Amino acid sequence: MARWKPIAIGMAALALLAVVTLAAAQMAGPTPEEQAAEARAQSDAARATPDSEPADFPLYPDPGRPREVVPENEAEAPEKVVAGLSSDAVSITTNFDGSDILIYGAVKRETPIPKNAPLQVIVTVEGPAQPLTVWRKERKVGIWINAERVRIGAAPGFYAVATTGPLNQILLPEWDERFRISIPLAMRAFAGPVEVSDTVPFTQALIRLREQSGLYRLDQGSVTLTEETLFRANIQLPANLIEGDYKTRIFLLRDGQVVDVYRAPIEVRKVGLERWLYRLAFDWPFIYGLMSLAVAVIAGWGASTAFRLLRRG
Amino acid sequence: MPIYLPIAEVVVNPFTLVALGGIVGLMSGLFGVGGGFLITPLLFFIGIPPPIAVATGANQVVASSVSGVLAHVKRKTVDFRMGLVLLVGGLVGSWLGVMVFNILQRIGQVDLAVQLCYVVFLGLIGLMMLQESLRALRRSRQVSAPRRRLHEHMWVHRWPLKMKFRSSGLYISVIPPLLVGLAVGVLAAIMGVGGGFIMVPAMIYLLGMPTKVVIGTSLFQITFVTAFTTLMHAVSYNTVDVMLALLLILGGVVGAQIGTTLGAKLRAEQLRILLALLVLAVCGKLALDLFLTPDDLYMIATGVR
Repeated sequence: MARWKPIAIGMAALALLAVVTLAAAQMAGPTPEEQAAEARAQSDAARATPDSEPADFPLYPDPGRPREVVPENEAEAPEKVVAGLSSDAVSITTNFDGSDILIYGAVKRETPIPKNAPLQVIVTVEGPAQPLTVWRKERKVGIWINAERVRIGAAPGFYAVATTGPLNQILLPEWDERFRISIPLAMRAFAGPVEVSDTVPFTQALIRLREQSGLYRLDQGSVTLTEETLFRANIQLPANLIEGDYKTRIFLLRDGQVVDVYRAPIEVRKVGLERWLYRLAFDWPFIYGLMSLAVAVIAGWGASTAFRLLRRG
Repeated sequence: MPIYLPIAEVVVNPFTLVALGGIVGLMSGLFGVGGGFLITPLLFFIGIPPPIAVATGANQVVASSVSGVLAHVKRKTVDFRMGLVLLVGGLVGSWLGVMVFNILQRIGQVDLAVQLCYVVFLGLIGLMMLQESLRALRRSRQVSAPRRRLHEHMWVHRWPLKMKFRSSGLYISVIPPLLVGLAVGVLAAIMGVGGGFIMVPAMIYLLGMPTKVVIGTSLFQITFVTAFTTLMHAVSYNTVDVMLALLLILGGVVGAQIGTTLGAKLRAEQLRILLALLVLAVCGKLALDLFLTPDDLYMIATGVR
């Protein structure tokens, strides 16, 4: 009995320390570091908007081609989108199980509806981008190992495209490339030197795997358009959503060409306990680590005590 | 009622996790293994990102081994002195292992290295234990079984820096236990496990410790090495998901208690056969994954920090 007393005391001290530091952290409110991190996150988000990137970034699927800077003819557009979202913020709570976002709107125009080509609408929702690596396994000395890789500098964690009709019929390739609408073009850039001769199978595999897990989605014909004026689209956000600034884009098209774009942000944030734990883990990792250990030790000790009492009683 | 894990950013069914923790906890109490070698691959299967599975697995092992070690302390089946010597080696080894892990990550072969380590070590140890315990079982069945000598003199007993380990009834050099601790620490950091499945046989066959103190002492060392590992992962990679850990722990601590009670009723030889079979089963599954053509040749790795 006497031999394990110091251990018990040590464990209790550890737990106490964690609780006290936790309480202190909570009372202190946002620290300078936290504010700095917040500011950094915001400036990162600003930099990540697609049209403010340096033009010399190589693109998928053509890594050599420089990026076009798209002039937006905002004033000239004869037809403009007026739109709204059912919510501009998604809160991730403990029982978060995905979310639906209704995107609706109307087309504003001064002149009669043009008769030459029918109006089409494409809605995209894009999550924050992350760097990733696509590996291809190869059989070497009998076993399958990761052999070749392609590193992608930025691929959206979530990307959904909803349209009024088949994408290849309503959107011309050059306009697709300008606005990066279709899923393959959502991939931003390769990172580092490209080490394989053909990158296409890798990017195809990335899209295939992400489509399988519901992170990338192309819903052709899911946008309903009434009288060439009113439209609505329902975008499903998956349950395994990543926190960040999501971007919604609504494209008006005629004859395969984009006549107007509307952009709106959707803020996806963890709230409550989720947010508190997340911030603690990243801003106070040591305290977070101690807290995790305290949880483990208390649970282990508690169970052991409870079982002893059970057996006695 | 699925729930969202704040750090893993994944939605999971909490009951699955509690059940998983329970099974692993049972193993922990029964065999004196932390259960990391089971929990880490199982977490992969349910879609937890590997770095988070490894770090959170270590945290869960802390809980189940604390729970298990306390039960052993009550039964006085922990050799604290041996545990501390092993721990010193373990902490140094864990630190070394993290360095090796970083190098492997840089050359992009971490997955393969981890998998190969699992296959090789689980295979060797599983076979060794199975052979040993089958032989022991045969011996115990014979009427006039030749009694095993209490104290065998092996090569390790001639090394300097001898120390008395009263609970184990050993008077041996501290160098072998330090080396065992070190080796286990290195492997623990690379494989994301507590290392009990390596340490238990090493204590029995290399150090010659009596079986009755092996499990408690192993759990004692595992508790502290995994606590250290958890803290290192939390600080350097932010990959410990406390919500995930809590759910695993809920099942784990209960399982560990049941396992310890059950373990006291079963015979050591039978226990060792069970553990050997379990180790071989996990090894076989991982080996198959290496040899069989995978469903998809491509794999996405995110979160490269």
